[in-house]
Amino acid sequence: MSNGILFLLVLVLAAIAWILARRRALASVDGDIKKLHSLPGHHGQTAFLLTAVPALALMAVWLLAQPLLIESRVGAMITASDVPEGSSHGLVMADVRRISDGLDLVVARGGIDEGALDGMRADVTDVRSRLAEVGVALGSNVSNNVFAAAKAYRGMAGAGQLGLTVVALGLAIAGLAYSLMQVKPEFRARNVSERFVIALLIASSLIAILTTLGIVASLLFESIHFFRLYPASKFFFSTIWNPQFRGGSDLGIWPLLWGTLYVSLIALIVAVPVGLMSAIYLSEYASKSMRAWVKPAIEILAGIPTIVYGLFALITVGPLLRDYFAQPLGLGSSSSSVMTAGLVMGIMVIPFVSSLSDDIINAVPQSLRDGSLGLGATPSETVRQVVLPAALPGIVGAILLAASRAIGETMIVVMGAGAAAKLSLNPFEAMTTVTVKIVSQLTGDTEFASPETLVAFALGLTLFVMTLALNIFALYIVRKYREQYE
Amino acid sequence: MTDATASIPRAGHHGASLLTLDGRVKRRNAAEARFRAYGLTAIVIALLALVWLLFSILSAGSPAFRQTFITVPVMLDPAVLDKKGARDPADLSKVTTVGYAKVLAKGLSDAVTAEGISTAELSDKDIAGLLSEESAATLRNMVLADPALIGQTIEFTALANGRIDGYYKGRVTMASAQLDSNVKPAQLVLADALKDKGLLGRSFNTGFLTMPDASDKRPEAAGLGVAIVGSFYMMIVVLVLSLPIGVAASIYLEEFAPKNRITDVIEVNIANLAAVPSIVYGILGLAAFINFAGLPQSAPIVGGLVLTLMTLPRIIIPTRAALKAVPPSIRDAALGVGASKLQSVFHHVLPLAMPGILTGMIIGLAQALGETAPLLLIGMVAFVRDFPAAPPEGFFDPAAALPVQVYNWTQRADPAFVERASGAIIVLLVFLLAMNALAIYLRRRFERRW
Repeated sequence: MSNGILFLLVLVLAAIAWILARRRALASVDGDIKKLHSLPGHHGQTAFLLTAVPALALMAVWLLAQPLLIESRVGAMITASDVPEGSSHGLVMADVRRISDGLDLVVARGGIDEGALDGMRADVTDVRSRLAEVGVALGSNVSNNVFAAAKAYRGMAGAGQLGLTVVALGLAIAGLAYSLMQVKPEFRARNVSERFVIALLIASSLIAILTTLGIVASLLFESIHFFRLYPASKFFFSTIWNPQFRGGSDLGIWPLLWGTLYVSLIALIVAVPVGLMSAIYLSEYASKSMRAWVKPAIEILAGIPTIVYGLFALITVGPLLRDYFAQPLGLGSSSSSVMTAGLVMGIMVIPFVSSLSDDIINAVPQSLRDGSLGLGATPSETVRQVVLPAALPGIVGAILLAASRAIGETMIVVMGAGAAAKLSLNPFEAMTTVTVKIVSQLTGDTEFASPETLVAFALGLTLFVMTLALNIFALYIVRKYREQYE
Repeated sequence: MTDATASIPRAGHHGASLLTLDGRVKRRNAAEARFRAYGLTAIVIALLALVWLLFSILSAGSPAFRQTFITVPVMLDPAVLDKKGARDPADLSKVTTVGYAKVLAKGLSDAVTAEGISTAELSDKDIAGLLSEESAATLRNMVLADPALIGQTIEFTALANGRIDGYYKGRVTMASAQLDSNVKPAQLVLADALKDKGLLGRSFNTGFLTMPDASDKRPEAAGLGVAIVGSFYMMIVVLVLSLPIGVAASIYLEEFAPKNRITDVIEVNIANLAAVPSIVYGILGLAAFINFAGLPQSAPIVGGLVLTLMTLPRIIIPTRAALKAVPPSIRDAALGVGASKLQSVFHHVLPLAMPGILTGMIIGLAQALGETAPLLLIGMVAFVRDFPAAPPEGFFDPAAALPVQVYNWTQRADPAFVERASGAIIVLLVFLLAMNALAIYLRRRFERRW
């Protein structure tokens, strides 16, 4: 039975449980609702939850665990001799899964019955052409061992599916029966169902923690894997980035870090003055109607997807900078450059600086301004000498948040900064960043055994730690500052 | 006191008056004017950047919505398309696009001759080269769907080749055609002649929105169909998962969570997750969903799951704000008439907070729709020409996504793809604009001040 149908069936059972429990509750007091502790609907809810939740939770766990179990047991059937030259154990396992799916199709179309399949051997039958008939294409001929593994895989998957169906339905029916037995006038159905619901609410809020754990675990495990293959000292201290897919590569992080920081620095040089000055103007000088139009217009910049900025860098800003600045000045002839990416990223970051600074400047109490103005200071003197010093920690926090945004940005640098890892000061030269290299090492056909691929996880970990530190520090500053005037 | 007053230095203020400004006041006023000008300049720069960005994308992308077509009468010759004459679908499907290309080429060269256009410089192959390679496939699908057409002469509107299309969009000129091995100047002359006779024209390009991606050689046939379906499937996954989970988590944190260490940890966690770079979620998706759980690459379900994890913290924050905005008196009233805490939330607070929650949800979805980087890592860059099946199986079929399709096209060699990429951005921006407009409408319509 397919998982979708099983899911629906469990839900149908739960709905039935709801209706039956409701009826039973009413019947138990002969329709006199006042004698019930909880409303009939609460009895229904309790029955619904008791029927559906355990069965669905079991399904989720089972579906996660089953492939792992089968994989490890079938994987053991494949010996080193079954793995062809240039292939890997993982690729052979992928073939095993494909063959097993293909056999399902063959059987479903009536090409062969189960008994004949058991006796089928790869060295007698041409499995590859049989599978090609049902549209499953295999790269090479099937060896006997692989075919046996595929049959075992199919057998276990089938048994597992059957087991899941039986156990899940059994659990649902048991839940239904148990909840119906519970229905009595004095049963506190409201309390029980509510405790159940609150448990579900808690589980949902724990997903955030699970996500963090997932991120940390996936980055950490693969990074450790990487550092076993490649010395950490070379990764952190080498200044050469030169991956070779034949091995013997140099994977020093410094050229990438330099590119990242250089692009982010240019972005901040663009965004901070523009963002901060527009925030000051909007909060201190602008009329109400101007504010109502300009503020949302600037915030549109924050809502535009980064791929749009990437394309803008690629087709407009890059060629423009190359033709009017880099080439006349003799600084290079590449349209993708640190300057291109930095400038466009600066535009993207403007709203982050401006709206956060705007909030913070607005939070400075009016009494400070009034005091300064009353002493005869002009508005600009008030801003420079009273408002900005008071808002400074918050503004620093805003700039740090913008910096973390710029460091983690991917699409603009992928399309605008180039791919050459270089340690250079020339802003019109193409350089590359941490995020660009994560993308380029992990897209396409990747094999999770070589340091050239795994380095992406170490880069990801570095990026994660850097942005997290910046965020925590910035949030701490902003929060501390806000409390001051509240 | 008198001493203090007397000690104020008066030098430089001789004759100071409120009516005439002295040098220092003038300097201060000038500084004031300059400061204001800086602020105004900053705003103008920010707005100009926005206008420049939008203008550059719109002007580069709008040609993608107009496409050059050639309309010629085509005789669907049974001798080529159905040699046995039985109109048997199995026989018909054995004729490949090569056969249809032949029929189409004959139709075009007959039409050229009939119009009396001289083609001395061009071989038959060059004349057929005016048509897109894709048009033979279109004709084949048309015939396979309706075998009765064989033997008739139909008016067929075929896609013109990408270079011919580029000629009318200013990308290809006579001078560049001299250097280009894919197109000859004489072909452009012929195209002009066809245009004069009304056989060649430009019209709205519906194929851009409905057709799947096409290979490097035929930019004229590349469309967004699969990408739109893929993005739509992902948004369904994100909506179905993140709305209940996000609302449940926000209700717990806002209404039930006790003030303790664990709650603090969850809250700090959510704030930080919202600021984690999106590419890190891509790494998580690759490691957890594809390598560990064994889900297929390029599938909308994986993209949807990754985007859900990314969107959840961004939804929880506005949802909590919406719940917080409901005044405590509502809760107190509900509790006062005997509702349980949970009933007060689900019967009263949640419905009142719903407009705010939906607004936050839509904005979160819009962000997810435009997100590219994590999708690159889970294999959505693959070249997919087949439409995914209907849900739920379709969630596991390979598909593309709108923003990734844009990236994909920018990596192709033919400059015609830049126009397609910008056109795709326009489509993406239209979707985002619609979603944000809906959010603003909901907020205006249902917003309530307590």
